[in-house]
Amino acid sequence: MPVVTYRDALTQALREELQRDETVFLMGEEVAQYNGAYKVSKGLLDEFGPMRIVDTPITELGFAGVGVGAAMVGLRPIVEFMTWNFALLALDEVVNAAAKMLYMSGGQYKMPMVFRGPNGAALQLSAQHSQAWESWLAHIPGLKVCTPGTPADAKGLLKSAIRDDNPVVFLEGEMLYNTKGEVPEGEHIVPIGVAELKREGDHCSLITHGKMVLVAMKVADDLAKEGINIDVVDLRTVRPMDVDAIARSVQKTNRAVVLEEGWEICGMGSQVVDFIQRECFDDLDAPVLRVHQEDVPMPYAKNLERAAKPDAGKTVAAIKKVMYLD
Amino acid sequence: MKTESKQPTAAKEKQNAPAPDNRSGDNRSGDSRASGNGAGASAPPANIAGTTVEQRRELLRSMLLQRRFEERCAEAYALGKIGGFCHLYIGQEAISTGVMSMIRPDDYVITAYRDHGQALARGVSPRSVMAELFGRVDGCSGGKGGSMHLFDAKTNFLGGHGIVGGHVPIAAGVGFAIKYKRGNQVCVCFFGEAAVNIGAFHEALNMASLWNLPVIFIIENNRYGMGTAISRSTANEDVIIRAKGYRMDGESIDGQDVFAVRDCMARAIERARKEKRPTLVEMKTYRFMGHSMSDAVSGTYRTKDELEENMKRDPILLLHNKMFEAGELTEGEMHKMDDEAKAIAQDAWDFADASPEPPLEDLYKDVLADSTS
Repeated sequence: MPVVTYRDALTQALREELQRDETVFLMGEEVAQYNGAYKVSKGLLDEFGPMRIVDTPITELGFAGVGVGAAMVGLRPIVEFMTWNFALLALDEVVNAAAKMLYMSGGQYKMPMVFRGPNGAALQLSAQHSQAWESWLAHIPGLKVCTPGTPADAKGLLKSAIRDDNPVVFLEGEMLYNTKGEVPEGEHIVPIGVAELKREGDHCSLITHGKMVLVAMKVADDLAKEGINIDVVDLRTVRPMDVDAIARSVQKTNRAVVLEEGWEICGMGSQVVDFIQRECFDDLDAPVLRVHQEDVPMPYAKNLERAAKPDAGKTVAAIKKVMYLD
Repeated sequence: MKTESKQPTAAKEKQNAPAPDNRSGDNRSGDSRASGNGAGASAPPANIAGTTVEQRRELLRSMLLQRRFEERCAEAYALGKIGGFCHLYIGQEAISTGVMSMIRPDDYVITAYRDHGQALARGVSPRSVMAELFGRVDGCSGGKGGSMHLFDAKTNFLGGHGIVGGHVPIAAGVGFAIKYKRGNQVCVCFFGEAAVNIGAFHEALNMASLWNLPVIFIIENNRYGMGTAISRSTANEDVIIRAKGYRMDGESIDGQDVFAVRDCMARAIERARKEKRPTLVEMKTYRFMGHSMSDAVSGTYRTKDELEENMKRDPILLLHNKMFEAGELTEGEMHKMDDEAKAIAQDAWDFADASPEPPLEDLYKDVLADSTS
């Protein structure tokens, strides 16, 4: 199977879906002539032309709304935000329009569209450019929220998102674009709402998604050297959330740690822990712990940034704590 | 209960209003047509020419229906049959009627939350509108939307939207899709004058002009954004001047005169269909009721005198007078048409009242579509 980057996997998904369905188009800042700020849309303008690969002004609220309008009358827009930090300006269209249109129209107007772009912290981009938004967006009924952590999942989920008749928020890892993995050629579909057990072990469940999947795999490798074998449950989609996969793992290991890139308060981990305490209460041998960004805006200085981020060391410590090994 | 009155609410106090001219008395900017290329030709005078007698009767019927229907809405609200927010359109009916009379069934309409009149003028069934307001299953949005969110796919009525300015970019998106599919429809987008100060308006008009999208943006300038007068909210009250900033054709007209509305729309529609260019239109009007049902009609932010002065230019009365003076409408005929409008409103009420509440299973229905392409 070919090994490709997360970026190229996304490009494959875009190209294949643009070829498959002429109502699909991509719009956003720098997606066309510039080939994408992160080069995800490289080559697409040449192949599909300016009507389908559309450079927009810097006007997130406006072009998100253009996507909503186009979706109402039969197109399948893919709206790219250069980063999700900028998408805050567009949230009215995502939340008040896209997410609610089907419901408040009594089922008359579907919203077959994707809002996608990089999410989460990179390196030393400081407070306004280093934020993980999935818990905000997963809060909203009417949206689906995908958080692929590997190239294969990025391709398979993006294809599913584009074909879905609902508004799908697609959060790519800014630090994942250059990561590599095996990706099937051609038709490769990952269903929305299905988690994957990325590593199997009996001692503890590590539940995560998005960029933190990479951290979780390193944690699993490190702990294996100490004879501790963990389940890594990659949610892949945080809304809808594959709670059955969480339950299966926790009922086996009886211990769980939830790892996420975002902040603690009302984070995705809160939701996972709520589910575990309701559905797996009698299975637990220890309280569930969470690993997340420290409860501060992201600082610029390297040492402070490192201290603010969730990482393998903090995760290992949490797992040992729920195993009463520390 | 006002159904015994012989004239529509706003008209009944003034049977002998002066014949209207084509310009609103408060048109400070005079001919404020703002053309993108600087060619500021005057709009031709609006008159009853260009329509047949039967068309003029239809315009009158459309406005009367909206008026009588909304009078019943106010009554239903007082009785608790309509809940939530309820924004009445009374006084602005020449705009909805004039605009809808000029567009095709395959064109698109999108609007803000003061949407009852526009839905009725577009041809959404009065029964389904009233049922929606009553929160019933036969409502045009299945009882899920309410007053601010009337939708009707059958008439390409893309909704009432509740966030000021939020639907203006959506209209640009509809225009984008028309262009993408090489169609020759237009998208008509209504909003109030207060929306010109919100970012979404600016972002949408810039893209609509940049990309040559067939959208007609209609500012219904009723001079108050809720309770804030335009002079207190807008640095340059001549809002049509905004068109120039987007290299867009713009035109300001008397929105109380249904013929002025139609004339202006004819030009904007031609521009959209043939030149694929958007237009910004300011239609000067006045809201005869409060902003919503909780708002006093006058006394807080506008005076009774101002209200009464503006009610002399009731759009229904203006059309009635023109037709009466032309000898093509008798008072008896007017009363008959008015009675018909009342009967339709009563039928809508009866239908809505008899329609069941949505089944509880509908609570979770249509949160997500279960389909894929």
